[in-house]
Amino acid sequence: MDRQSTPATGTSAVEMRDVVKTFGNVVAVDGVSLAISPGEVVALLGPNGAGKTTTIDMLLGLSRPASGSVSVYGAPPRVAVARGLVSAVMQTGGLLKDYTVAETVRLTASLFASGRPVDELLDRAGIADIASRRVGLCSGGQQQRLRFAMALAPNPDLLILDEPTTGLDVEGRRDFWAAIRADAAAGRTIIFATHYLAEADEYADRVVLIRRGRIVADGTPAEIKAIGSGRTVRATLPGRSQWDPNDIPGARSVEVRGDTVIVQANDSDAVARHLLTSTGARDLEITSRNIEEAFLALTNDPKEDY
Amino acid sequence: MTTVDRALPQAMDRALPRFGGFSGTFLALELRRTLRNRRVVIFTFIIPPVFFLLFGTNAAAKTETVGHGNVTAYVLISLAVYGAMLANTSGGAAVSIERAAGWSRQLRLTPLRPAAYVAIKILVAMALGLVSVVVTYAVGAFSGARMPWYIWLGTGVLAWVCALVFAAFGLFMGYLLPGENVMQILGPALALLAFAGGLFVPLDQMGHTFATLARFTPAYGVGEIARYPLTGAGSLGAAVLNVAVWTLVFAAGAAWRFRRDTQRV
Repeated sequence: MDRQSTPATGTSAVEMRDVVKTFGNVVAVDGVSLAISPGEVVALLGPNGAGKTTTIDMLLGLSRPASGSVSVYGAPPRVAVARGLVSAVMQTGGLLKDYTVAETVRLTASLFASGRPVDELLDRAGIADIASRRVGLCSGGQQQRLRFAMALAPNPDLLILDEPTTGLDVEGRRDFWAAIRADAAAGRTIIFATHYLAEADEYADRVVLIRRGRIVADGTPAEIKAIGSGRTVRATLPGRSQWDPNDIPGARSVEVRGDTVIVQANDSDAVARHLLTSTGARDLEITSRNIEEAFLALTNDPKEDY
Repeated sequence: MTTVDRALPQAMDRALPRFGGFSGTFLALELRRTLRNRRVVIFTFIIPPVFFLLFGTNAAAKTETVGHGNVTAYVLISLAVYGAMLANTSGGAAVSIERAAGWSRQLRLTPLRPAAYVAIKILVAMALGLVSVVVTYAVGAFSGARMPWYIWLGTGVLAWVCALVFAAFGLFMGYLLPGENVMQILGPALALLAFAGGLFVPLDQMGHTFATLARFTPAYGVGEIARYPLTGAGSLGAAVLNVAVWTLVFAAGAAWRFRRDTQRV
């Protein structure tokens, strides 16, 4: 899918502008701006606590941003939800264990003005064979496909999945994605949160990398993976806690941990030259990493505090 | 059509459900699910008739007269009120279980209006209450309760309708108390309220101070009103005031917690 070909005049499926969300002193989402066009399959990739679920809650109108604006197909999220334009598969909960699978789907479909037929929904989620089973007796994978069937009930234009395969075994994960993939082929816009690089790589055509409430990268899976193929320049440089990557030639991102400055470099020679000649840096070292290591470095944050 | 510059968001192409999502399908599914819950069935359909058989069917009760019937009928009405209380409270308190399960949050991803949801909860509670009263009265009819047919009907309807105050109580507690086992707290609390309200032992058999205090507890009014067609005695005005005030208190409490719950998002 080529998102550049989407006409600029069309309404975005999702439009977030400078969105900030705080819980007490914790800034969960810190100035996110994001536009997603109809038909895109987008992964929100990041570690636990990065702000993915908070972002999704705001897209669904389950919480309100402290500042900034969120719209879904040009409407406030609550309006889009009530009209069945957007629906979601949440991470956990949201099921009553003494309903059967079919009853849960029938109830959900009954709440929408034009809910799809129950049999169709069960078929599309691949759970027609367990229609009469009590929800409490279903496996995690079956419950997740049930949530998917419920999310399909209004035939939404945008489907949001919050860490849909967390806690599933390999088979459950494969079955779930098979159902989603069959559905995405029909042209539905899909946003899913995940902390698995492989999942983002395999199922998304655009990856938005989130860390500590900020978007740190946005591109095709290939572009995201390429971020990791660069080198890291690390040096001891006391006395400065904030760097703009633009201040250092050849730098892509700069992080300061105590007296150590860590630069993800596009051009490690240029970074090293600048640090050694124009700053007081010492003990400089240059390392290169493979993709997996780079991804872990991007998404795993030792200072993660929530 | 597609060339027109859209003034309205795309969402407006889609309709909202009628009646805020309230429907016969929803109600029927909720009723069926509730009746599947063994604890609810035991609590509301079995315990009240069993208590009646224990307390109200001795030989003296069957022969002694109260108003238009016998003491057995008097006890029967009190325990029908107790059953309706249990049914309405557990119906209302179901919101606690549904919040704990994340179901309420799931419903917020649909067009369901909170008022429609609460209406369903109250109707399910009332249906449970009706079945409870009917079952208890059926047991009573075969176990020596005697009163004219119109008093069976009148007291049954009053027990059922007035117990609505406990649907409000259940909703209030359901939004107030966390967790899945809210009825484990409310079960003993209801037994206490039933006792204090004179449903197990008539108030005139209690000490004076306790009997005076008991008149201000929520089960007292319902019991007095429900038994009135049989006894024709007691202060009906005070009983009606009791039910009205407690209904207001519980409904206000439920509305307050409910608003907090839906705003928390």
